[in-house]
Amino acid sequence: MATRKATEAASAPGANVSKDELLTYYRDMLLIRRFEEKAGQLYGMGLIGGFCHLYIGQEAVVVGLEAAAIEGDKRITSYRDHGHMLACGMDPKGVMAELTGRIGGLSKGKGGSMHMFSKEKHFYGGHGIVGAQVPLGAGLAFADKYNENGNVTFAYFGDGAANQGQVYETFNMAALWKLPVIFVIENNQYAMGTAQKRSTSTPDLYTRGAAFGIPGEAVDGMDVLAVKAASEKACAHCRAGEGPYILEIKTYRYRGHSMSDPAKYRTREEVQKMREERDAIEHVRELLINGGHATDEDLKAIDKEIKAIVNEAAEFSKESPEPPLEELWTDIYA
Amino acid sequence: MATEILMPALSPTMEEGTLAKWLKKEGDTVSAGDILAEIETDKATMEFEAVDEGILGKILIAEGTAGVKVNTPIAVLVEEGESADAVVAPAAAAPAAEAPAPVTAAAAVAAPIEVVSKASPDFPEGTEMKTMTVREALREAMAEEMRGTPEVYLMGEEVGEYQGAYKISQGLLDEFGPKRVIDTPITEHGFAGIAVGSAFGGLKPIVEFMTFNFAMQAIDQIINSAAKTLYMSGGQMGCPIVFRGPNGAAARVAAQHSQDYAAWYAMIPGLKVVMPYSAADAKGLLKQAIRDPNPVIFLENEILYGQSFDVPVLDDFTIPFGKARIWREGTDVTLVSFGIGMKHTLEAADKLAAEGISAEVIDLRTLRPIDYDTVLASVMKTNRCVTVEEGFPVGSIGNHLSSVIMERAFDYLDAPVINCTGKDVPMPYAANLEKLALITSDEVVAAVKKVTYR
Repeated sequence: MATRKATEAASAPGANVSKDELLTYYRDMLLIRRFEEKAGQLYGMGLIGGFCHLYIGQEAVVVGLEAAAIEGDKRITSYRDHGHMLACGMDPKGVMAELTGRIGGLSKGKGGSMHMFSKEKHFYGGHGIVGAQVPLGAGLAFADKYNENGNVTFAYFGDGAANQGQVYETFNMAALWKLPVIFVIENNQYAMGTAQKRSTSTPDLYTRGAAFGIPGEAVDGMDVLAVKAASEKACAHCRAGEGPYILEIKTYRYRGHSMSDPAKYRTREEVQKMREERDAIEHVRELLINGGHATDEDLKAIDKEIKAIVNEAAEFSKESPEPPLEELWTDIYA
Repeated sequence: MATEILMPALSPTMEEGTLAKWLKKEGDTVSAGDILAEIETDKATMEFEAVDEGILGKILIAEGTAGVKVNTPIAVLVEEGESADAVVAPAAAAPAAEAPAPVTAAAAVAAPIEVVSKASPDFPEGTEMKTMTVREALREAMAEEMRGTPEVYLMGEEVGEYQGAYKISQGLLDEFGPKRVIDTPITEHGFAGIAVGSAFGGLKPIVEFMTFNFAMQAIDQIINSAAKTLYMSGGQMGCPIVFRGPNGAAARVAAQHSQDYAAWYAMIPGLKVVMPYSAADAKGLLKQAIRDPNPVIFLENEILYGQSFDVPVLDDFTIPFGKARIWREGTDVTLVSFGIGMKHTLEAADKLAAEGISAEVIDLRTLRPIDYDTVLASVMKTNRCVTVEEGFPVGSIGNHLSSVIMERAFDYLDAPVINCTGKDVPMPYAANLEKLALITSDEVVAAVKKVTYR
């Protein structure tokens, strides 16, 4: 069985990585973080309603995985989806306006934070039912295989969803039919408020495909370069027609499960320690500075750019009108 | 002592079968466990084994005979030196080769009042017709659409090598190959999700549920993923998919295998729901369903699979959704039904005609959209309405129609609308109780007498 530990998988971080590449990761991760911080603010102001699940802390996961994607590759995830959308190039204005429930949103205000899609960017949601996106993702891969187009699907789910029955039904069929799907388990250690050790009989989620013959490996999700390397390997496996691959990305969410999280299930110190010692953006920042690729000034300039993009998105999300009332009755049938 | 070998019942719904082939001939010695014959049932061709040993004294039903009723003597087993003629041979005179007459409007006979049979509006009068079963019609619909559209594929349990649990997909694997006719593991939740995902990815799946009872395992993917995504994506991402399979009670399979889900699915915006009765409707509506860009729930019925009807011979025959069919015109009461409910309804209409009550019979055919206009126009004419369905009484399609009729045709009603439904109980196994739980034509007749004050 080709299940491997993270330590073996990770290449020497920072080696052979170009300045441009590092800057791209820095920029992409920073966009997600600033965007989510802004979303948190807008939620506090009552401009965003309902459930809103922030991605802060997990930025290296999607940015690293996307680094190996090619045109036509598909992605699908759960309701913690803002980062995935930004990472695959969807317009921050459209995402933010969907959060505020406006006509300028990607779903014309009818989907909200948890349900957004982009055919153009091959982003298939944004799904509110834990685990449901896993068979759907395998289905996207089924279509790719049927069409023989060489594309892969990134099917993201959390450590909580990893206990859903439909995930294992899907593992079985994906392996049986050699579907080109990468099952990305974003293990942020908490299924809502339930720590992994309280919900999961065996800790190593990357071995969960072993019974189906699906190789898997654990990856340091706070290191974008390690994630990228793992993504390249998994993509190559899928594109070669070898069937599915599992990546358990060990990550951490800094904020609550949703905006209404009482935060009683973990200590403030635990969160603070991750932020200070393992932050993914800080890691790339150090690589840039220490490698002589960028100065503090350069990075400040990038920060400013990103802030401008996020502010523009926030402004748009406030100015875009609510959907006209006729929208209640549209898009029910094609 | 000579013993009769009887035509066996080889499936829950089998009432008759074809004696496809004798594998023993008269005079052959037979041991228990020997294969005597091949018998074709409504579900499959099966080998029929001997239970007793002896000599095959006489074959009473020749091979190739169709329509042999269950329990008809098909051969006589004798002992050494015994003559088969010793056995009285009334059985030989009972080949029962006649297929039961399909229940159609034309079947109404010498009744005190004239029954007007309305031609189907779905194809021009004078169109050439051929007789086929609902099963064959469904298979033709799928095969034709698969020939024309490479994105259409069939997925489900036993649809391929087994040739379909109910033989609906018989022959499709041979014609289209394993890429397009896909046997799944028994994991409805998972494969329904995979099929929905593939529809998001541009394919047009047909998902066969062995029965809709098992679709309960997959209902989250049907409702939350298939039905709602177009809306949640602001119109970007549709889901062209057909979920089909037998729905409702079969025969003696009890509570977990006998439920009508018509009203459940009909409640959901984003789904289309079809429940055909005749073979022509099964074919025309299934082809339409496969072409529809939305998720379609296509509710079939195991008991109807073997029933024969006239189907138009047309290159491309489809029936639009949302158009009811008036099976017969009448003046005293409107009977509204769909699916197997139509069988009881047409039977009831015959009984009523014999008593001088003229019933207009409407087959809704699709439950989402529902053709309210046809129902309302009829109720405004007859001033009375009885709905007929097999499902549970609470929250039934009949309940919904009653409400619509009350809102839009209250002043036309001369009596309350009565909903004839299955009983409010899980389906029992015992034959007598099962019969009691299901809707019958006599209950429909009684309801009509109530609303016509007779």
